[in-house]
Amino acid sequence: MNDIETLIRLTNAGIFKNKKWLVRDVDLEIKRGQIVTLIGPNGSGKTTTAKIALGLYKTISGRVERNTTKISYVPQKVSIDWTLPLRVADFMVLTQNLKVDDIDSALNLTGVQHLKDSNLRDLSGGEFQRVLLARAIAKKPELLVLDEPVQGVDFTGEVALYSLIKTICENLNCGILLISHDLHVVMSATDYVVCLNGHVCCCGTPRDVAESNPYKQLFGEKSAKLLSIYEHNHDHIHSSDGNIIKEVE
Amino acid sequence: MLDDFIVRAIIAGIGIALVTGPLGCFVVWRRLSFFGDTLAHSALLGVLISITLDINVSLTIFVVASLVAILLLRLERTTNLAGDSLLGLISHSSLAIGLVILGFLSFIRFDVMGVLFGDILSVNSNDLLVIWIGGALILVVLSYIWKPLFASTVNYELAEAEGMKPERVNAIFTILLAALIAISIKMIGVLLITGLLIIPTAMARNLSDNPRQMVILSIIGGLLSVLIGLYASFEINTSSGPSIVVVALILFILSLMRIRKKNYE
Repeated sequence: MNDIETLIRLTNAGIFKNKKWLVRDVDLEIKRGQIVTLIGPNGSGKTTTAKIALGLYKTISGRVERNTTKISYVPQKVSIDWTLPLRVADFMVLTQNLKVDDIDSALNLTGVQHLKDSNLRDLSGGEFQRVLLARAIAKKPELLVLDEPVQGVDFTGEVALYSLIKTICENLNCGILLISHDLHVVMSATDYVVCLNGHVCCCGTPRDVAESNPYKQLFGEKSAKLLSIYEHNHDHIHSSDGNIIKEVE
Repeated sequence: MLDDFIVRAIIAGIGIALVTGPLGCFVVWRRLSFFGDTLAHSALLGVLISITLDINVSLTIFVVASLVAILLLRLERTTNLAGDSLLGLISHSSLAIGLVILGFLSFIRFDVMGVLFGDILSVNSNDLLVIWIGGALILVVLSYIWKPLFASTVNYELAEAEGMKPERVNAIFTILLAALIAISIKMIGVLLITGLLIIPTAMARNLSDNPRQMVILSIIGGLLSVLIGLYASFEINTSSGPSIVVVALILFILSLMRIRKKNYE
């Protein structure tokens, strides 16, 4: 395996807290130019796994190797305290120094350039998510961790943002760890799926996962069919990626 | 008319207001006003220890306040008490211990009121040096950690994930707060320093729509409070600390009118 290409690797990673495992035995690898999606029911440890990958926990079991420091993060929930007046433009340079052009083009990509001088607290949920995503991509990261990045975004916007995420992945040649509930939409933009339920329940290409029995048990026959249909329609997109996945395994 | 001590008081006040402005913003943003209060209360203990052992006052206050901060962080992790109860416990205990120790020190003449509310007359040229050098150091360190500190104030996990080391800058910020208390107690007093930290900042919040503006207005508010407060203190012979805080309060009330107007527009 080529280690330069691997941005992050989790080996047997897990968190044992308050006498129970939040998540355990997670093996995960993200390479450059690859989108890895975590799916699973509520409380299955998706966010926890992302936080392990980001190094937000002091004590974990297992191992995490990170080969990059250029990381961007879109957390699941960001609340801005009302005591803090903060415009979108201020938020964009929170952890980075950016040129005005870079700020504008990132906001433009996610379709919220007109909100640049707005106060963050005045944005709607969907607008806020777009700003979060714009901030994350503006610094041109090598690894992008997106925890439900399109929550609250309208359906057309959702599809557009997922295709934007895929474009970003290709243009920046960065690795992306994506957490999402929108199974049917997200699959089109995914190279590799990890299905969590306290542990890795199953993993593989979107189609492999959709057809696997554990997935059907977890999400029901119906959503599995939905995925399969989708996969069938877009078979050509993923056939080459499937081979890469085999190497990962 | 312009006596030496008046000039000294003004120079000292300006030095302190320049530091309380930016630090006050972080205290307000991070909801640390009670925390600042607790550190300030421990300063009485610091003053008494310095008198008893005959060591430098500012240095002792700084060390005691830093120790209290460390103790707080420790207890927060190991006890089941909520943060505010814990702060109340430490805050009033340290004040009480200070006052009890004071009872034992009946052999020295000690101006309790001066420590509690500030005594501008006692500011000597040595204190000026401490205020301005200490203040400059605080501002230099603060500007150095500004970005990571601000990022971790907005969102701790985001800052940590993107390599801003929030835990370290938070610890440094606490130390800066302890240092500010150490250099300003003589002028503002144990009970009122938090007032100068947060009231001009609260005023600034009402008038600003971005962080930079809020910091600048907060500094201006602090400067006005100190200058007008000191003037009143000399003219009508009131304690310097309370006068400064009352002026800050008046500025805050004026800023409320502005925000009212904004809402109706």
